[in-house]
Amino acid sequence: MTPISTGSEWTFDLIEEYDRAIRKIAVDEFQLDVYPNQLEVITAEQMMDAYSSVGMPVNYHHWSFGKHFVSTEKSYKRGQMGLAYEIVINSSPCIAYLMEENSMTMQALVIAHAAYGHNSFFKGNYLFRAWTDASAIVDYLVFAKSYISKCEERYGIDEVEMLLDSCHALMNYGVDRYKRPQKLSLAEEQARQVEREQYLQMQVNDLWRTIPKRDKDDANREPQRFPAEPQENLLYFIEKSAPLLEPWQRELVRIVRKVAQYFYPQRQTQVMNEGWATFWHYTILNRLYDKGLVTDGFMMEFLQSHTNVVYQPPVTARWYNGINPYALGFSMYQDIKRICEAPTDEDKAWFPDLAGTDWRSSLEFAMKNFKDESFISQYLSPKLIRDFRMFSIRDDDHEDKLEVSAIHDERGYRDIRSKLAEQYNLGSREPNIQVWSVNVRGDRSLTLRHTMHNRRPLDEGSAQEVLKHVGRLWGFDVRLESADNDGAVTQSFEVKSSLELQRL
Amino acid sequence: MSHIIDRRLNGKNKSAVNRERFLRRFKAQIKEAVSRAVKGRSITDIESGEKVSIPVKDISEPVFHHGQGGVREQVHPGNEEFIRGDRIQRPQGGGGGGGGGKASQDGEGEDDFVFELSREEFLNVFFDDLALPNLIKTQLMGVEELKQVRAGYTNDGTPANISIVRSLRGALARRVAMAAPTLASLGEAEEDLDQLLESDDESALEVRDQRKRIHMLREKLASIPFIDPFDLRYNNRIKQPKPTSQAVMFCIMDVSGSMDEQKKDMAKRFFILLYLFLQRNYDKIEVVFIRHHTSAVEVNEEDFFHSRESGGTVVSSALNLMADIVKKRYSGSEWNIYAAQASDGDNWDSDSANCGRIMEEQLLPYCQYFAYIEITEGEPQNLWYEYLKVKERQRHFAMQKIRSASDIYPVFRELFKRQPATRA
Repeated sequence: MTPISTGSEWTFDLIEEYDRAIRKIAVDEFQLDVYPNQLEVITAEQMMDAYSSVGMPVNYHHWSFGKHFVSTEKSYKRGQMGLAYEIVINSSPCIAYLMEENSMTMQALVIAHAAYGHNSFFKGNYLFRAWTDASAIVDYLVFAKSYISKCEERYGIDEVEMLLDSCHALMNYGVDRYKRPQKLSLAEEQARQVEREQYLQMQVNDLWRTIPKRDKDDANREPQRFPAEPQENLLYFIEKSAPLLEPWQRELVRIVRKVAQYFYPQRQTQVMNEGWATFWHYTILNRLYDKGLVTDGFMMEFLQSHTNVVYQPPVTARWYNGINPYALGFSMYQDIKRICEAPTDEDKAWFPDLAGTDWRSSLEFAMKNFKDESFISQYLSPKLIRDFRMFSIRDDDHEDKLEVSAIHDERGYRDIRSKLAEQYNLGSREPNIQVWSVNVRGDRSLTLRHTMHNRRPLDEGSAQEVLKHVGRLWGFDVRLESADNDGAVTQSFEVKSSLELQRL
Repeated sequence: MSHIIDRRLNGKNKSAVNRERFLRRFKAQIKEAVSRAVKGRSITDIESGEKVSIPVKDISEPVFHHGQGGVREQVHPGNEEFIRGDRIQRPQGGGGGGGGGKASQDGEGEDDFVFELSREEFLNVFFDDLALPNLIKTQLMGVEELKQVRAGYTNDGTPANISIVRSLRGALARRVAMAAPTLASLGEAEEDLDQLLESDDESALEVRDQRKRIHMLREKLASIPFIDPFDLRYNNRIKQPKPTSQAVMFCIMDVSGSMDEQKKDMAKRFFILLYLFLQRNYDKIEVVFIRHHTSAVEVNEEDFFHSRESGGTVVSSALNLMADIVKKRYSGSEWNIYAAQASDGDNWDSDSANCGRIMEEQLLPYCQYFAYIEITEGEPQNLWYEYLKVKERQRHFAMQKIRSASDIYPVFRELFKRQPATRA
């Protein structure tokens, strides 16, 4: 076989040829199941654009995207940062960006990584399957963008910006963690939007009837609790129950909530997703080399960037910044493959169901049915813990010293595995804050409750700031209580509603 | 098959709106940075971008997150020495993250958010401070000098404008074209005659006919006019506004003790505005700085704004100096002379009458425009009244008062607003 190309310049014909060769390996040989691909060649500037609007090809306007653009541009221009060579969008067709500055090798790498790696992950992983609708997201964002710009025309940029600021502050609390939400669908969304506005407003009015009906014997009854149970999705609760929001404001809350929900699976599968894409670009490009389709020079260039991507600096390095998800994810899939193909006795003891099975289908299973947390607790092997020389530090503010609670030895494997898994548990990484109660009969104040985990308190400064945003959305007084394991309130914040609040 | 699209040509500046929103939101901070920059900049160097820094706490978007305290466990890679149960000193300086020097996940890095304004953005903010709606719309009065330029040829005009070369060239072409068929026939006829003459003699009927025909053709050729009114072309000249190529701007500032930093700063802003404005009208601008108290000197910009020396006030010294400089260096007709004088209006008593006279006799005849701004909060002083008299008589002398920075632009506009072009 002769190599597809020898130089480092790319052309559209070459991209097509490489894509065909990569596809042959990815789809025909390794049975990756992918959405149709759309490869878009863009300039560095456009890459920065894409970067700053959270990677989406279209998004509504907001100053914080501008902020990201400005800072990306700054560090790019100073050469502090190479732009990530890949942005890929969970949509169908799956859009992957190729930067024009890249060499042919890098383009091939991106195609394998994004267009086949990430793409197949989006299509296969259960979280994405359950929570996102790849065929609808771009349309939905088009809808959101035009709806928001109409609001800006009608109510002024400032009004809209203020509201979006407040919604963004609660974005991480705008997702359903356990309940599967409805999928995004543009057609339905548009058809039901007006209807929904009216209906929602009616509901709210009903909730806040000014003259409560009161039966004579009502006084003795326990006051009804609202909401009946704590609510985890703050934005959803606000959308449905905030007394003073206009219909268009509810729609904006909804848009931010939907976008947050769409990105929620990505936040839960960083290690898995990047690891998967990295595993596949590595595997596919090596296959290309084995087939004689690429040159030694190509491989050298490829391996150099691959090595950079999967490098894990040790804790003592100055540029150490936690565990590199590319490194961990890539090593774990490689390791699963190894356990399937050449298990040691240790592997057989730890992974009896995995050792000796067909690696391809085992890998597929691992990709499809987990998120970072469960993936790590299921698959992190003693060998990897040793390879990474992992250890765990326990920081208890009641103690005067830190404690090494586990290291990479026989006694520590399980410990480290479960601790690392816990580190990827969004539920414990972010403070657990829920809607606790609303004073329906009195001042209409809203109380949120933070349930402490491991005695970890809220950061006070930011909590107070975010609470102001909650107050703006709610329109009346809001409180935030922090409760320890016994339910005793240890910290509390309060924001009085006032006109000032409207101008944070 | 994957779908490959070249997107490089469309949608280049998708983030422009977001960037603009960002600037809009931090207007106050950016404004502040710009005014700081203006202080540090020279007048001629006003037109580049500027670095702006905003405190991180202002631009951060708050989210709920954990604070210090409680129990946390963190797994790190790269263990070299630790064994289970080791106890380690807490790293100094917070960072509850455990071992590593984590760049705080709590987003409490103290560095400012620094970025660069483009030149356009910089000027926008600069003008914004001056409530500038649209600088370009303003036009200098009286610069509408027209100049004649060639613009090809036309079919009619005055005899003085006939283009001889063009007309003859056209005539020649016309003659060639009109003669061509006749010439061809003449050629044939002459050939025929030669043939005939070989056999027949002169008197033969055919020969005579042929000669007649040749004669006729010759007549016909001769009747083609050498030049026809149709051929005439006239030089076309049209009038174009003449871009006057160069200008000199005199900045005259009173540096008596009462001109404090703030007043100087306002003067500077006024001069910058004038400079930017002139720059749009002229290819080349020179700036002359004159400072005066009891006597006047020409200085560089640095000294102009920052030198501390001061004393009483004799305004006429500066005007005399300007008159000298004009005579020496800018007397030719190719210079457009502008001047702006900034003062708090306090002059040595008997000097003001002098000023009026020098102004009218020695300066205004040479100036395109002379603007006097009085930077003061108090009552106008004697100089102001003297100049009022000048203003009555001279259309290209203007004067205004500036009380605070926000007056600068309106005053500037007032001074340079388009005037009816009736100045004959």
